[in-house]
Amino acid sequence: TAQDTIDVQWADKISAIARSQDQTAFAEVFRHFAPRVKAFLMKSGADEALAEECMQDVMATLWNKAHLYDPSRAAVSTWIFTIARNRKIDLLRRYARPEPEELPWGPEESPDQADVLALQQETTKLAEAIRTLPEKQRQLIERAYFGDLTHSEIAAETGLPLGTIKSRIRLALERLRHAMT
Amino acid sequence: MQTIRHNIPDDLLMGYAAGVLPQAFDLVVATHVSLSDDARARLAGYEAVGGAMLDDMDEAPIGADSLEQTMARIAGMKPTRRTAPVRGIFPEPLRRIVGGDADAVKWRSIGLGARQSVVYSDGDATARLICIPAGQAMPQHSHRGLEMTLVLQGAFRDDDGVYARGDIEVADQQVDHTPVAEPGEDCICLIATDGRLKFNGLLPRIAQPFLGI
Ligand SMILES: [Zn+2]
Ligand SMILES: [Zn+2]
Repeated sequence: TAQDTIDVQWADKISAIARSQDQTAFAEVFRHFAPRVKAFLMKSGADEALAEECMQDVMATLWNKAHLYDPSRAAVSTWIFTIARNRKIDLLRRYARPEPEELPWGPEESPDQADVLALQQETTKLAEAIRTLPEKQRQLIERAYFGDLTHSEIAAETGLPLGTIKSRIRLALERLRHAMT
Repeated sequence: MQTIRHNIPDDLLMGYAAGVLPQAFDLVVATHVSLSDDARARLAGYEAVGGAMLDDMDEAPIGADSLEQTMARIAGMKPTRRTAPVRGIFPEPLRRIVGGDADAVKWRSIGLGARQSVVYSDGDATARLICIPAGQAMPQHSHRGLEMTLVLQGAFRDDDGVYARGDIEVADQQVDHTPVAEPGEDCICLIATDGRLKFNGLLPRIAQPFLGI
């Protein structure tokens, strides 16, 4: 679909930043994601000035860590979400969040384009599933991610296609482990 | 209701992905994910949910010179280097907070040859390392809230079976178990506990909508 193409294009822009410090690619990523990251931070409780400051920091981190991004394991939106979330915890809860050990790629091992496309497709499907959820269930997920749930408000089946994304990522991890040994 | 699970439950992974767990639990989840590709893949699924939500956010207005300011920040940054994985008993997130591997832990005796060391504690929750001599039972303990136990060395057994390196057990206050270290090697576990009822009972239900998929 058109959305898959868009997601793969984002991934290509991140690799252009990693490969050749491509400022045009960065500006495009910035135009799309910076206002969303800022909105995310404000929704998490940061005021406007703090959210602007913190968003710039997130986007600068994206530039700096572009070489660590693996498009066969995460969509660009997923990857940016994790950077923004960690920065938010740093900032609002004042601790450096413990992160899992990194899985480096094997030497000169870059992911297969077919794997990249497949992962991006699964992510698109997941995003579509979230978008088409009944409003109440969508809100539930949103509130779970903003740490804003209370005891009595959680229930219901949503049926998100998380299983497929999980097996896709498992395959990518196995390939990675294989490449490293 | 008895809650014992061998794999890390989805609710805790989702809570970790969302960044809403107490820090002691973050530490155990990050350490577990370092050891389990299955948990890593499931976590990535929950992070993809976060990414989809981020992508769907209504845009906030940004400063007119935001991009220029960000480029200036970038110019002042040091490049991020990949850290080579260090071999040992403790995965990187635990090694970082302890300041080394198992031999760097400052143990305190808790009787019968068992030792413990609190690695992190705040008002919400505590993370501690515990070392039980091979073949010996763990000291008796009650569960006031949620308890998450990750095996790092050796193994222990209770009514639910054997838990070895990388395995995780989640117990709540309804659970009454007597873990016993398996013969062979001393059993080292990383345990997070929370005393607050608020935490218990909330998280076990957050991910219910996602279970069984
Ligand atoms: Zn226990
Ligand atoms: Zn047990």
